[in-house]
Amino acid sequence: MDSKVFDMGDIDMAWCPGCGNFPILKILKQVLAELEIEPTKLVVVSGIGQAAKIPHYFNTHCFDGLHGRALPPATAIKVANPGLTVIAESGDGDMYGEGGNHFLHTIRRNPDITNIVHNNMVYGLTKGQASPTSQLGFRTPVQVAGVFLEPFNPLAVAIALDASFVARAFAGDAEQTKEILKKAITHKGYALVDIFQPCVTFNKTNTYQWFKEHCYYLEDSYTPHDRTEGFKRATEKNKLPLGVFYINPNKKTFEENVGIYRDDDRPLYEREPDIEELRKLIESFKSEK
Amino acid sequence: MLSDMSLRDKQDVSIVLCGQAGQGIQTVEFLLTRLLKLVGYNVFATKEYMSRVRGGMNSTTIRISSRPVRALVDRIDILVALDKGAVGHVEKRISADTVVLAEKQIIGDDFERVRDNFADVPFVKTAEDIGSKVYSNVVAVGVLAGLFGIDKRVTTDSVRKFFSAKAGDIVENNVKAADAGYKLGTDLAASDKVRFSIRPDADVKDQILLNGAEAVGLGAIAGGCNFIAAYPMSPSTGVLVFLAKHAKEFRLIAEQAEDEIAAINMALGAWYAGARAMVSTSGGGFALMTEGLSLAGMLESPVVIHLAQRPGPATGLPTRTEQGDLELALYAGHGEFPRIILAPGKIEDAFYLTQNAFNLADRYQVPVFVLTDQYFMDSYYNIPSLDTSHTKIEKHIVKTKKDYKRYELTENGISPRGIPAYGEGLVAVDSDEHDTQGHITEDLDLRTKMVDKRLHKAEGMASDAMPPELVGPQDYKTLIVGWGSTYNIINEAMQDLARDDVAFLHFRQVYPLPKETQDFLSKAERTVIIENNATSQFGKLIKLHTGIDIERKILKYNGLGFSVEEVTEELKGLLA
Repeated sequence: MDSKVFDMGDIDMAWCPGCGNFPILKILKQVLAELEIEPTKLVVVSGIGQAAKIPHYFNTHCFDGLHGRALPPATAIKVANPGLTVIAESGDGDMYGEGGNHFLHTIRRNPDITNIVHNNMVYGLTKGQASPTSQLGFRTPVQVAGVFLEPFNPLAVAIALDASFVARAFAGDAEQTKEILKKAITHKGYALVDIFQPCVTFNKTNTYQWFKEHCYYLEDSYTPHDRTEGFKRATEKNKLPLGVFYINPNKKTFEENVGIYRDDDRPLYEREPDIEELRKLIESFKSEK
Repeated sequence: MLSDMSLRDKQDVSIVLCGQAGQGIQTVEFLLTRLLKLVGYNVFATKEYMSRVRGGMNSTTIRISSRPVRALVDRIDILVALDKGAVGHVEKRISADTVVLAEKQIIGDDFERVRDNFADVPFVKTAEDIGSKVYSNVVAVGVLAGLFGIDKRVTTDSVRKFFSAKAGDIVENNVKAADAGYKLGTDLAASDKVRFSIRPDADVKDQILLNGAEAVGLGAIAGGCNFIAAYPMSPSTGVLVFLAKHAKEFRLIAEQAEDEIAAINMALGAWYAGARAMVSTSGGGFALMTEGLSLAGMLESPVVIHLAQRPGPATGLPTRTEQGDLELALYAGHGEFPRIILAPGKIEDAFYLTQNAFNLADRYQVPVFVLTDQYFMDSYYNIPSLDTSHTKIEKHIVKTKKDYKRYELTENGISPRGIPAYGEGLVAVDSDEHDTQGHITEDLDLRTKMVDKRLHKAEGMASDAMPPELVGPQDYKTLIVGWGSTYNIINEAMQDLARDDVAFLHFRQVYPLPKETQDFLSKAERTVIIENNATSQFGKLIKLHTGIDIERKILKYNGLGFSVEEVTEELKGLLA
């Protein structure tokens, strides 16, 4: 499939020139085309922020909901119609800050969705305050003395919760990011891809150059099936590893666990309630139940 | 000692069981109401309880009658006091005519307060003889079954069935407890000291007995609900539990969300993908949902919200009742968007209204509330049946074409609702102001059009509003107004008042206000409103929309529902 099927043509985009969101959008369109995922079978759910505008910028079904709340509707959309490919995509503030509780519990619930987080370590849309992933000492108009809260480590948290797929990528490396996203989207179960992405306007510290200098890829010999090892690598601080940290392929998805698709793969919209069964249930209130 | 005049000729007996949390009062309520109905007695039961797992004092009121009874009365004809403190807990409701069944040794000093009309029934001693005082509650089931002449075999069978999941000796000990209690009950009946003349009605045997939570749950299934997301919160949890219990047979998803915010956002995602979803919550939980409610307004998403009220603010009285969240439901959510609020009065209403809530939500693409409260959730009574023959699942989903626009501007404000992967189009919804395609916009002219479009739907909703029900004479001089769960209470009070110039107007749809409201009210010489809240929230709503100020108010907000006697007395005072 040609990635042009996702192009919307000449649209007005709210991202700054040079923003890390552009390469992520381009890579994502290529990945979806290579995986032959039709726009009509794809739902992208987002929250609020600059990254969260992404489903408005390519051809897909789009659910752009509330700040921090992309994961609950994404989970529900997938379970209501498992035939859809569902991506929940937003920024670090949205997913890890405002939506932190959903992040934890969606991992536990394990829907077969891909959670892409544009991580630029800063709040862009509100003009430059610290995000949950801002590094210690990062100065902003609000954190005037520098950030002193321990940065949120999404990978370590996800691995601690035995997430079924945990990876980190860098928007400046299209080839590797493509491969990681492909693995994530084809993985069955919840897949987190945290993508480092520079904010060229509000984060003058974590630039393209900075990420190039501070990141490296997990070795070819690294196998992502050891949770303890994955956790260890996720907590490295001086140099930040990229790649797939952890996969647990043995987890049942939320859609499998709810049980309604075991012998009937029709999505919910094609189903009707069993009124005869309901009549019997009402009758059962004649005696004790 | 017992005076033998007790309860003679009574066709309507009110029994109150009172004891500590954890003593199994609910088990007695469950077993006894079902046994009594099986015999053909009309029954009503409701409970009041403390927000704790053990200790405190809880009580259940069970009415048994020759005619249908559907409301709480203060009067206690028989008090079963299972523990010390029980008498004190319901003291205001005890009269000289109240017969107290209790174990003298257990209730201690309380005995002096009720000695004139007392029957010493060894609930605990009998249980201990069987093996443990934990069986006292089932001894009480046996006593009351014996007293009311329920077949012994039916009684023990039902006890055996109720405990069937437990270990064999526990089942047998409970059966023994029921058996021993039964003998105590028949002895009591034979002593001629507790007599009544309630006539069983053969028709009642075939009726169904259910509470408000079950009726809402059944209504949801009838409405085609296939997805419920909720966070447990009294008194709304019963609906989640009911749907979870029946999830398998009805192929529905019942998910306990991490919080109420997740719950409503899941419900909106589910509707977006073509499911029919609801949430069930109470005031504090709904407060967390209000941003999601606003999202429903902006996305023009259907959603059904069961809001079971309890007294606030904040945590308030978690297990008590109030009609205090009407204004919350009415005004929750930032921004301006339409909504519908239904408030069942009868058990049947809960079924039909919840069912209809799904159709209304889908038809108008708006949030629809089913507003209940603890009293309604926890009250049981027998009704003939629930009719499923007219059940109609209205699905307003269109198959999309390639150029589909989710927010196409239409004459009535309703844009045909497509869902992903049904048709060739793309479905975009956005919490930002959006263009007709659903994409973010800051075109301010379009903004005005979108606001108008959303609000325009209210016109259709208003013309669909269910009219209020008038009980009593058409040529009334005084009109009593009530809404939601007070229906049966006010209705019975009206019967007790027996005035041919007074009628009762009950609203089961409170918003949009039915168009008939103005006419009903302006025909009256005087009007009275009865609400289970402190500020007459529905009265204010009526004034806002009709200009009519209902000056006479009967309000109660101590955490308990109205009793029939209370309403009767208050009305007598106002109408004198």
